[in-house]
Amino acid sequence: MLVLNTFANWNWVLITDKLILIGILFAVALGIAAYSTLAERKIAAFMQDRIGPDRAGFFGILQPIVDGVKSIMKEEIIPGRAHKFLFILGPCIFMTVALMTYAIIPWGKDLFINGKPFSLQLADLNVGILYSFAIVSLGVYGIMIGGWASNNKFSLLGAVRASTQMISYELAMGLSLIPIVMMASSLSLRDITEAQAGWNWNIFYQPLAFIIFFTCALAECNRTPFDLAETESELIGGYHTEYSSMKLALFLFGEYVNVFVSATIISILFLGGYHFPGMENLGLSPNWLSIVSICTLFAKIFFMIFVFMWIRWTIPRFRYDQLMKLGWQIFIPLCILNILATGLVMTLFTR
Amino acid sequence: MREYIFYFLAFVSIISALMVVFSKNPIHSVLYLVICFFSIAGHYLILNAEFLAVVHVIIYAGAIMVLFLFVIMLLNLNKESEPHKPAIIKFASVISGSLLVLVLVAALLKSENLNLPASTHPSMHSIGMVKDLGKSLFTDYLLPFEISSVLFLSAMVGVVLISKKEA
Repeated sequence: MLVLNTFANWNWVLITDKLILIGILFAVALGIAAYSTLAERKIAAFMQDRIGPDRAGFFGILQPIVDGVKSIMKEEIIPGRAHKFLFILGPCIFMTVALMTYAIIPWGKDLFINGKPFSLQLADLNVGILYSFAIVSLGVYGIMIGGWASNNKFSLLGAVRASTQMISYELAMGLSLIPIVMMASSLSLRDITEAQAGWNWNIFYQPLAFIIFFTCALAECNRTPFDLAETESELIGGYHTEYSSMKLALFLFGEYVNVFVSATIISILFLGGYHFPGMENLGLSPNWLSIVSICTLFAKIFFMIFVFMWIRWTIPRFRYDQLMKLGWQIFIPLCILNILATGLVMTLFTR
Repeated sequence: MREYIFYFLAFVSIISALMVVFSKNPIHSVLYLVICFFSIAGHYLILNAEFLAVVHVIIYAGAIMVLFLFVIMLLNLNKESEPHKPAIIKFASVISGSLLVLVLVAALLKSENLNLPASTHPSMHSIGMVKDLGKSLFTDYLLPFEISSVLFLSAMVGVVLISKKEA
């Protein structure tokens, strides 16, 4: 256990390195999530032939800041019969859990500062993928606690819908990744990325797993076409009906952080992470190579975020029974078949 | 340093386990139990059992406790609606609890002279890692592993059978 051993031996250099990286990651993640809100509104406007927000700064570039200030200044309302502590705890858990996955993401090749390698990954756990699943499965708590503590039937129903959906799709999500783990024969995200150098991206070997994982990621983030937790016509606002001010903003903002996390995980597992073909033959110094690799990863992430938004504004919502049927009766059998097929091909062709 | 982490985790797990029993609101009990599971996962991490820790969080905190939370929230159990238990049930639970304590204490006293290898022993360092765990599961412990998977399968079939409407 790298983290515990670090503290056990009081390796201050390593600890300061990691703290700096944590600070940078925190700022980058929240910044990207903030600008995702603007991107979403701009993309929606483009798809619906509108202009979108353009008053705050050039091209509406200051809009996220304006929105943030507005949500902080708004009056904070806690319903009279709500459970006060849990009501506040709900959005906190949601946001914290959304940010926790960044600990295991390999953002690029190592940087060299004064000849010493500086890893761009907080912790290379050898159970990386399982860690991300543990975090995903904890995301349910924020929603459940928030929805229940509001003491409102619509909130509770929204929370139950959201969490059943998340629990159901976690299974298919986990199963769809087993072929990837089999091919890389490791659970560590760094090893899986390294196995995809050049054109060996997993999306070409495992297209079915990619489609299933991508759909499950949409469902886990509660985004259209699976945003049944907040169907306005049935449940008002879903689990955050009673929330106002910054606590509502945390729930909405956490969703964008989750989108960013999902896009990152998809880029790393299926789109080759920080690799692009011919990267090793550019003849760059290690530091420039590292910077290029970071930019590559972020280009892939931004593309995936765009795809998330593209889907949201073009596909209508599923019905609840269709959603459950898709998750349990179509995806899970397909995943199991995919695992069997991968195992068969691997044993037949690698010997 | 390792000792301090251990004492902190032990403190958290004991306090939260006590709060599970003593808190009046069932929702609070469930949330304290989740905290307890997290601190136990921390203990596994100290013992170099990363896989066990993560799986513990996924299964207990992520799946089972969410279902508990579901049931309790939907049943809307409260202090007021909780039925008063008759004296005989309280008496029986005290007896069975004390018996369990007796067995646990006896087992702990017995295990003192077992001479277990310390967790700092080099051969114990990598046993919790995924690769070694998988290897020993599929070689040394293959039969128990397969038998338990058959058990799970039959449990799943049983659940499907029970939850079907027309039996």
